[in-house]
Amino acid sequence: MRTFQFDKATDTEQALKAAGAEQAMFLAGGTTLLDLVKLDVMQPERLVDVNRLPLNKIETLSDGRVRIGALVTNTTLARDEHIVEHYPVLSQALLSGATTQLRNKATTAGNVMQRVRCHYFRDNVSPCNKREPGSGCSAIEGDNRSVHAVLGTSEHCIATHPSDMCVAMAAIGATVQVQGPKGEREIDFLDYHLLPGDTPEREHALQPGELITHIVLAAPLADSRSAYLKLRDRASYQFALASSAIIVRLQGDRIAEARIALGGVGTKPWRATEAEQALRGQPATEDSFRRAADVAMQGAKPYRQNAYKIPLAKQAIVRNLQTLTGAVA
Amino acid sequence: MSDSILPGRRTFLKSVGVSSLAVAAAPAWVQAAQAVRVDDSEQPLKPGEQRINLKVNGQTHTVNVPANAVLLDVLRDRLQLTGTKKGCDHGQCGACTLHVNGVAVNSCLSLAVSHDGDEITTIEGLEKDGTLHPVQEAFWEHDAYQCGYCTSGQIMSAVAIINDPAIGTDDASVREAMSGNICRCGAYKNILSAVQSAREKMKGAS
Ligand SMILES: Cc1cc2nc3c(=O)[nH]c(=O)nc-3n(C[C@H](O)[C@H](O)[C@H](O)COP(=O)(O)OP(=O)(O)OC[C@H]3O[C@@H](n4cnc5c(N)ncnc54)[C@H](O)[C@@H]3O)c2cc1C
Ligand code: SF4
Ligand code: FES
Ligand code: FES
Repeated sequence: MRTFQFDKATDTEQALKAAGAEQAMFLAGGTTLLDLVKLDVMQPERLVDVNRLPLNKIETLSDGRVRIGALVTNTTLARDEHIVEHYPVLSQALLSGATTQLRNKATTAGNVMQRVRCHYFRDNVSPCNKREPGSGCSAIEGDNRSVHAVLGTSEHCIATHPSDMCVAMAAIGATVQVQGPKGEREIDFLDYHLLPGDTPEREHALQPGELITHIVLAAPLADSRSAYLKLRDRASYQFALASSAIIVRLQGDRIAEARIALGGVGTKPWRATEAEQALRGQPATEDSFRRAADVAMQGAKPYRQNAYKIPLAKQAIVRNLQTLTGAVA
Repeated sequence: MSDSILPGRRTFLKSVGVSSLAVAAAPAWVQAAQAVRVDDSEQPLKPGEQRINLKVNGQTHTVNVPANAVLLDVLRDRLQLTGTKKGCDHGQCGACTLHVNGVAVNSCLSLAVSHDGDEITTIEGLEKDGTLHPVQEAFWEHDAYQCGYCTSGQIMSAVAIINDPAIGTDDASVREAMSGNICRCGAYKNILSAVQSAREKMKGAS
């Protein structure tokens, strides 16, 4: 592994100051960063270890929102009683990701910032616009079965955003709180991850030197139920081929309100707003669910090996809705 | 060569397995497994190095390490604690699982410098006074390995899972919680029975 300067920060100010240097990166759980530094895909000159910053609390705010410290681990967040009770979709999404050991290390901010799993990106030799802007995309005409998208792709990059947690957060609604050399600011979660467009090397709205301090979840939707359904190549420990995070509020046997986000199929955590509108006021039946699923995947563009993801994602929506509303029949 | 003069692969492995484990159970092995205490505090730091304290299996080592030294490599190469294995080196296989402050993590994705002052337990630290940990014993009794390469990681995960009240005790929950420990030999069935029988024994003991 390449060598780098190493600083350990104990407060945010120290972390920001140390990160002011060129090519500095924050080190949290290290499960993305050290993996990719070993592959020489990420090439930091300086690492700023943020693990000792006091950003490891989960707090319920007076307006019902929940503020999650950047360093709260995926395990802690998934098991938090308030999260389990009011945001089951988030707890389930977290527990469906990675492995027990990795979730013990992985942090909330690190998860938001995780990189794509595209093997051409990771192999450090193939043309890849994300790794080396302008070199081309090997996946478009290459192997693109499992970790490549059908929504939000561009001719420059088609890799999916691999996170499960982020899909739940996209459905719930959230704000990313960041602190940088120019002070604090907030970014809407849905604006945080960027579509690849012409600049696939730009993945998020964070400016150089900025630190994520918290993710704030929107207050839970009253009287709602929610769940995460992840479809993958094996039953455990695998990235999603297609997944759905769904929150619904029923009124009698109709859908009063629904929030739907998709994983495994989009180049960013994918909120399916039009499908949500299509469900509003509809009877909670398979027919309505199928129509909404069709709307969600309307703009999908299949590639060589991943056309199956379009029906698979639809099924992830339909099945999740069926289970969630099961009582209604 | 005829089959009669060569022991079958199974018989051979079985005898080696049993005899090496018999040695493993003996106090001599246990002593050998305790690391010799490393103390670099008199050694001048080389450029880029930092001096850290690692409390491993109850023993504090002072080591000078470069910033990019990985915890797994420091344990194996500097402290000679080679029980923790390196499989994939990328967080995918679980062979390098150990406990940091009681929590199971992958040591291949951990920088040693990040763990200054932390308490680390490796497979070598599970026995107490020459007696194997119930999970170690159960792996032996249930033949929960073939080549043994994944075994340290499996056992470290199993101990953490049995001690974790948030993880279900049914077979499906154990399989799910241990899915980060890959066994190339496919000993999963026996691993599961070892974990479940160790759980029973540990319940009785406490
Ligand atoms: C084998 C394997 C399987 C996996 N499977 C899944 C899966 O199924 N589902 C899933 O969702 N994920 C999966 N993951 C990814 C895992 O969830 C992420 O690696 C993890 O969440 C990253 O968190 P971390 O704290 O380790 O981040 P780090 O590796 O420490 O950091 C990742 C990035 O975030 C930056 N960063 C960290 N903290 C901050 C901060 N506070 N502010 C700004 N930037 C910051 C770092 O600089 C770095 O660029 C898997 C990973 C592995 C290795
Ligand atoms: S899909 Fe994106 S990450 Fe993969 S090769 Fe193409 S540009 Fe690189
Ligand atoms: S060596 Fe660490 S997970 Fe494989
Ligand atoms: S016993 Fe050989 S890898 Fe598990």
